[in-house]
Amino acid sequence: MIFPEFVGGVHLPPLVPYIALAGTIGFILMILPGLIWIERVVIALMQDRSGPNRVGPRGLLQSTADVVKLFFKEDMSPKSADIKIYYLAPFLTVLCAFSAGGVLPLQTLTFHLANGDFQTVPLTVGDVNIGVLYILAVSSLQVYGVVLAGWASNNKYSLLGGLRGSAQLISYELSMGLAILCVVLFSGTCQLNKIVDAQSGAPFGLPLPEIFNGSIFSWFWLGTGIIPVVIYTIAMIAETNRAPFDLPEAESELIAGFHTEYSSMKFAMFFTGEYVSMLVVSGLNAALFWGGPLPPLNIIPFTLIPGFVWFITKVMGGIFFYTWLRATYPRLRYDALMHLGWKRMLPLGLVWLFLLAVVSLGRSPAKSADNVPEKPVTATQQVQTLPNAVAHR
Amino acid sequence: MVTVIAFWVLAILSVVASIAMVVTKNPVRSALALVGTFLCVAALYILLSAQFIAAVQVIVYAGAIMVLFLFVIMLLNLGSPGALRERGSLQPVIATGMGICFLIALLLSGSLIKLRLPAGARPEVYEPLGTVRGIGINLFDPKQPWLFPFEATSILLLVAVVGAIIMAKRKV
Repeated sequence: MIFPEFVGGVHLPPLVPYIALAGTIGFILMILPGLIWIERVVIALMQDRSGPNRVGPRGLLQSTADVVKLFFKEDMSPKSADIKIYYLAPFLTVLCAFSAGGVLPLQTLTFHLANGDFQTVPLTVGDVNIGVLYILAVSSLQVYGVVLAGWASNNKYSLLGGLRGSAQLISYELSMGLAILCVVLFSGTCQLNKIVDAQSGAPFGLPLPEIFNGSIFSWFWLGTGIIPVVIYTIAMIAETNRAPFDLPEAESELIAGFHTEYSSMKFAMFFTGEYVSMLVVSGLNAALFWGGPLPPLNIIPFTLIPGFVWFITKVMGGIFFYTWLRATYPRLRYDALMHLGWKRMLPLGLVWLFLLAVVSLGRSPAKSADNVPEKPVTATQQVQTLPNAVAHR
Repeated sequence: MVTVIAFWVLAILSVVASIAMVVTKNPVRSALALVGTFLCVAALYILLSAQFIAAVQVIVYAGAIMVLFLFVIMLLNLGSPGALRERGSLQPVIATGMGICFLIALLLSGSLIKLRLPAGARPEVYEPLGTVRGIGINLFDPKQPWLFPFEATSILLLVAVVGAIIMAKRKV
């Protein structure tokens, strides 16, 4: 799809990040009730139950009813809580979860400039050169929501949940970082759009037909040798405190963990934060390992579908995987969780990173996407002239 | 213009947060104020086009070290904030006096010693220096003098990790 540079006198390319901002936030807020519905329906299917079927057709309005109920519930807070921090914690959770989504590469838009050239602009809120590091930084701030909620409630179950949550997040962030480093090593950049670009070539640089360029075989899940994507996927589930790693809110031992004392909209904000961060880490998974907005095969019915649709499809695949795991596995014991994180995934990730570093010595450096000397341009105005052949992406 | 406003807002916020960190009696709030300072400093790094250092500042200080601090504070269970207060100690008075002296010295050094720039030169930030690529080239390029110190630091950190494990193992 190619857009003209001017529509009705409005210069379009600088507006793209704002469109991405509105689109990302709007999509997340719109899909949230849908996500809860999807999760309940999928789990019901897997457990051979009916699932939600009372409110609206096929129970579609169940989440809406729940939200309305949460809105009108009494807002209670414990007497001995540290009230300022108690109210700050859910806001921090939601804020960090939303702001991490700012660097996800949704699509690349191509504009036909007035002088005949083509300009590609990434449909990203901020296409910064520290993209991957930014997501790691923001998600490491997400611990504070959990820890402060657990501490400020002044409840022993909440405190235990908060402590578990922070220990878990710190432990699994290391493995997650190692898995991401494998991708950064092969793509030679931290910028998520360039990581997607690095996956758009032929698989392993082999001389294969055009159809395989940027196909499912050239994405980094295969390119980095499957181990990093497995490590990342396990770590991302632990990072978002979902089953089977939902120890911070284990209802059979800690009532509801760090959000025991939170009711009505404050609880809803924790819930929102959890689902938004599920979307964001699935989005990062899609961008790093599953080609982001690239179609699975480079032939005509797939390439006609716009990139953001593929991206959302891949994110939804991640959400389905979450639900699948939740319906399948029992919760881990706490020592088993730490054992898996520190004694299995971390050494494996380190060894694999070392092996990939050896392999990448043999690759010619010209293949990396970041090897062109950078011109000092701002992130929103990266001008690249393209040959006409690439314009259909 | 935007950068100037952003600088002043961030500068005032970071100073207020660091004063709050010293003054607050409650240890958890004090730690939170320190996190606020770190975040403001990270934003100031971004204003200086040092994005990589900003991200590392958030990951390492705000994300890892301060979480460890909070962890320890919560596990120690310091009880009521009043219990921590030292009675009849001269330390706060002396510290305030020394702090004011230091501030005056800083202000004086800024106004007395004038750094002379060559005619026509303007202080500017070399843009690509702060990116991941710029930092990488400066750290790992054999022509630059930083490769050896960098590797030496990594060995130092490794020694520290091994030392910590040995010290901890003795008591287990």
